[in-house]
Amino acid sequence: MADKKLGFIDEKLHNLNKDGIDRRGFLECMAWVGTGLVWTVSGGIPVSRAFAAGKDRSVTKGGELSFVQISDSHMGFNKPANPDVAATLQAAVDKINGLATPPEFLLHTGDISHLSKPEQFDNVDQILKGAKAKDVFFVPGEHDVLDDDGKSYRERYAKNSQGDGWYSFDKRGVHFIGLVNVMNLKAGGLGTLGGEQLEWMEKDVKHLKSSTPIVVFAHIPLWSVYPEWGWGTQDSEQALSYLKKFGSVTVLNGHIHQIMQKVEGNVTFHSAMSTAFPQPAPGKADSPGPMKVPAEQLKSVLGISDVNYMQGQHSLAVVDSTLG
Amino acid sequence: MKTRIGLASFGLSLIAVLLLVGSARLSAGDQPAGAEVKIDNFSFGPQTITVPVGATVTWTNRDDIPHTVVSTDGVFKSKVRDTDEKFSYTFTKAGTYSYFCSIHPKMTGKVVVQ
Repeated sequence: MADKKLGFIDEKLHNLNKDGIDRRGFLECMAWVGTGLVWTVSGGIPVSRAFAAGKDRSVTKGGELSFVQISDSHMGFNKPANPDVAATLQAAVDKINGLATPPEFLLHTGDISHLSKPEQFDNVDQILKGAKAKDVFFVPGEHDVLDDDGKSYRERYAKNSQGDGWYSFDKRGVHFIGLVNVMNLKAGGLGTLGGEQLEWMEKDVKHLKSSTPIVVFAHIPLWSVYPEWGWGTQDSEQALSYLKKFGSVTVLNGHIHQIMQKVEGNVTFHSAMSTAFPQPAPGKADSPGPMKVPAEQLKSVLGISDVNYMQGQHSLAVVDSTLG
Repeated sequence: MKTRIGLASFGLSLIAVLLLVGSARLSAGDQPAGAEVKIDNFSFGPQTITVPVGATVTWTNRDDIPHTVVSTDGVFKSKVRDTDEKFSYTFTKAGTYSYFCSIHPKMTGKVVVQ
């Protein structure tokens, strides 16, 4: 049975590198999500195992570093796709608190608020206080930098950052880089990192040993998911070129409100589900707006990503799970 | 004698002024009609709109997601507009004004003023 699953997964892997996936493939992937699929990248080759949450302890116990990525909470959104985004964010926090290995910290990959309003940021902060994690690290989404060029975002979440809010930090030998690609967007364009940030990033990683695992997190995907909908970053290639020497690079993004994965050499790209509302698969709707699903199915298309850095390996394991 | 002529001149001047003011008011009433652009489904509709000089264009967001209306040449810039919120701009000079949504930059539009 496990072999059959692995065969299916290997087949699906070949499809991940194509631009977009068909609806059937998308739904099949979504079905796997609920089971808790562990992706581990070892020597650049993804290996997967399905595990039942809580039963297979060997995956989660003793991981040297464990953190959770959440994304796109859109506090303040209240349309039919989800009339209560605070409740689903709370459900995400409950999920985090129920994990077998509690995370050391959370990464929020942006669109914290829906309209950059103070009460929306306050509301998210309040709910996240209930999570069993010491810290939360943020990068902004385009919904977080409205009307004030990100000033209020930076005052709240990026006090020790450079420029528009980029920064890096280290945890247990893993180097984390938070990038901002939602500022100064040009008409007809994609996400943008900009020259100043790229220069900073090149210097930031220059003297790190190539054995250092790298985690890059930014809101808009740093790979070309679907340019027609703005799902990509126009100067990400340059950023990734600075990471060529590293054996393990994990890129964590949000923005598209669905799980997408791509492996390219030593780099694993992963986008997370939203905690607020899903969006359609690339090209499967007229526009990338909120996608309505029957109320009882909403929690099954929202979720969190549990990331573990395992002892003795240079790779990070990403486990996506839905809220219900 | 002089007084009568003075009064007459004054009277004529007064009438002239009143006529001028009156006609100016009439011109003000002849303002070009406003034009509407609907924002829905991540697009501006119509994508290109042509209006006369002096026209006011009003964008209304009918989408379930917020958008902005930002001129690519820095001529106008709306605050974020949520569902049902509007933004208006009066075009006093002829020209072609390209604009986009700064939140979703793939959304572009054009106002042609002539």
